[in-house]
Amino acid sequence: MNLQALSGQLLVGLINGSFYALLSLGLAIIFGLLNVVNFAHGALYMMGAFAAWMMATYLGIGYWWALLLAPAVVGVIGVVIERLLLRRLYGLDNLYGLLLTFGLTLIAEGLFHHAYGNSGNSYPVPEFLQGGVRLGFVYMPIYRGWVVGVSIFVCTLSWYVIEQTKLGAYLRAGTENPKLLQAFGVNVPLMFTITYGFGVALAAFAGVMAAPVYQVTPLMGSSLVIVVFAVVVIGGMGSIAGSIVTGLGLGLVEGLTKYLYPQASSVVVFVVMAIVLLIRPAGLFGRER
Amino acid sequence: MSRLRSLEALGWGVLVAVGIVAPFVVYPVFAMNVLCLALFASAFNLLLGYTGLLSFGHAAFLGAGAYVTGLAAKTWGLPTELAVLSGTAVATALGAIFGSLAIRRSGIYFAMITLGFAQLVYFLVVQMSWTGGEDGLQGIPRGKALGLFPLDQQLTMYYFVFTAFLGAFFVIHRAIHSPFGHVLRAVRENEPRALSLGYDVDRYKLVAFVLSAALAGLAGSLKAVVLQFASLSDVHWHRSGEVVLMTLLGGMGTVVGPSVGALIVVALENYLTDVGSWVTVITGAVFVVCVLSFRRGIVGEVRALVARSFTGAGRKRSSSSPSSSG
Repeated sequence: MNLQALSGQLLVGLINGSFYALLSLGLAIIFGLLNVVNFAHGALYMMGAFAAWMMATYLGIGYWWALLLAPAVVGVIGVVIERLLLRRLYGLDNLYGLLLTFGLTLIAEGLFHHAYGNSGNSYPVPEFLQGGVRLGFVYMPIYRGWVVGVSIFVCTLSWYVIEQTKLGAYLRAGTENPKLLQAFGVNVPLMFTITYGFGVALAAFAGVMAAPVYQVTPLMGSSLVIVVFAVVVIGGMGSIAGSIVTGLGLGLVEGLTKYLYPQASSVVVFVVMAIVLLIRPAGLFGRER
Repeated sequence: MSRLRSLEALGWGVLVAVGIVAPFVVYPVFAMNVLCLALFASAFNLLLGYTGLLSFGHAAFLGAGAYVTGLAAKTWGLPTELAVLSGTAVATALGAIFGSLAIRRSGIYFAMITLGFAQLVYFLVVQMSWTGGEDGLQGIPRGKALGLFPLDQQLTMYYFVFTAFLGAFFVIHRAIHSPFGHVLRAVRENEPRALSLGYDVDRYKLVAFVLSAALAGLAGSLKAVVLQFASLSDVHWHRSGEVVLMTLLGGMGTVVGPSVGALIVVALENYLTDVGSWVTVITGAVFVVCVLSFRRGIVGEVRALVARSFTGAGRKRSSSSPSSSG
């Protein structure tokens, strides 16, 4: 057994898992309150990465500002989408939300594809995080450790805000019964907008984090979002902590598969999904609704 | 009602007549492409429009049919009919496997699960050696119909496809208007109620899913024979989205809606090939417009108009449910 290769793959898996966790967290928050499955999540993640790359290329804005500005820009786009489009679909069957965001995904991908083609654009690793450290068997680039650390931090922070603060209590109340919450004088429509904007900003944040790791391409988000959907099915959207654990866990499973049987690494998440459906249809952390 | 019945007979007459004349009016390959995708969309509509299940992974069945037919005709040298049947059979088997797993969840999860399974099939097709990977499976022979009529003749090929289409379309029509179809609609409208009436809801859903997958596989098989290749775009999730668009645009839960939608989408893609990536943007925009303000689709709108003029009363049917009744 080659420990070095194994731990290397597990590390890569952990990084992928961080992105799964960040994205499935956003999806779960949006679905919880708005009852919309945001297919555009992958496209918005891509836009986050592109926003960072464009800021660096055209405006000379560095990584740290991009980490703040790109999610803000994409979050504003999300607010516009919610106000102008999604809002018209509340009260209808929730498949329309999925279809609308699917259409938006095609538009976004088509536009970026038209402007930047298929080839990848690389985004430099910020100077401060260059280099790497030796951890026992494995050489870990500092940036990758940073990605894992920050993702876990952001996920934990979101979990804390949602489960432990007053704002989060409103959010959970809105998830249970928006009408009743509105009767208590809370501005629920505004909450919907902010929630969508926040979920989307989270996707863009993941995109900026991903820019130095992967190539920035117009299609980087769409195959990812399908995997994240599978992650969501496996974890169940019932619990925030559940989606974080499932995301990281599946990243590790993928890494392990890449070591044991590389050909299966692209499909293993879907196989796990099938197995979970057989054994526990509601998902690992889900509850039947 | 008898007026509607005769209207229906008229509809069938028009369909057959248009189908027979079509290859003399438009380019036959275009017409065949439309027929294949119309069948695909009609099969999909059986599930979305009549059972209320949104499958976001129907490309898996179309693609599986196409690739297996290609393999059977090209590598195994089977006659065309048998090749098409084997493609359909494999799609049916896949439908049974995926369906039995996917119906364990409902609503939006169902869509995500089918999407995941379709992606699984996509990656398998990319990796397996016989599929030709990125290049696709090329040079599929058309063979001879019944071992007699060479299908390299465009017109012969066309009528072969048209016959298969009519047969499949009839199956769909019968399924929808049979007691089975009524139970499906009951499941769509109110699943707990159908369950409490004693119907084995899961079984009905599964049968509908398998039937839909089989016909989607048939569509893919025919398409592979017509175009003589199977490509990755047939199993890609774009294709799964496209069939949703065709159905939505034409009118979900209507018999001919999906075919109308398929005609429009294929024509759109054909005439827009020059503009490259704008096709995706335009498709997306059509999607958004349909979802926001055109949920009944073309045939749904026309039917609402006709129904209004028949009854005289200006009552407007609600368009908020995923589909108006069939």
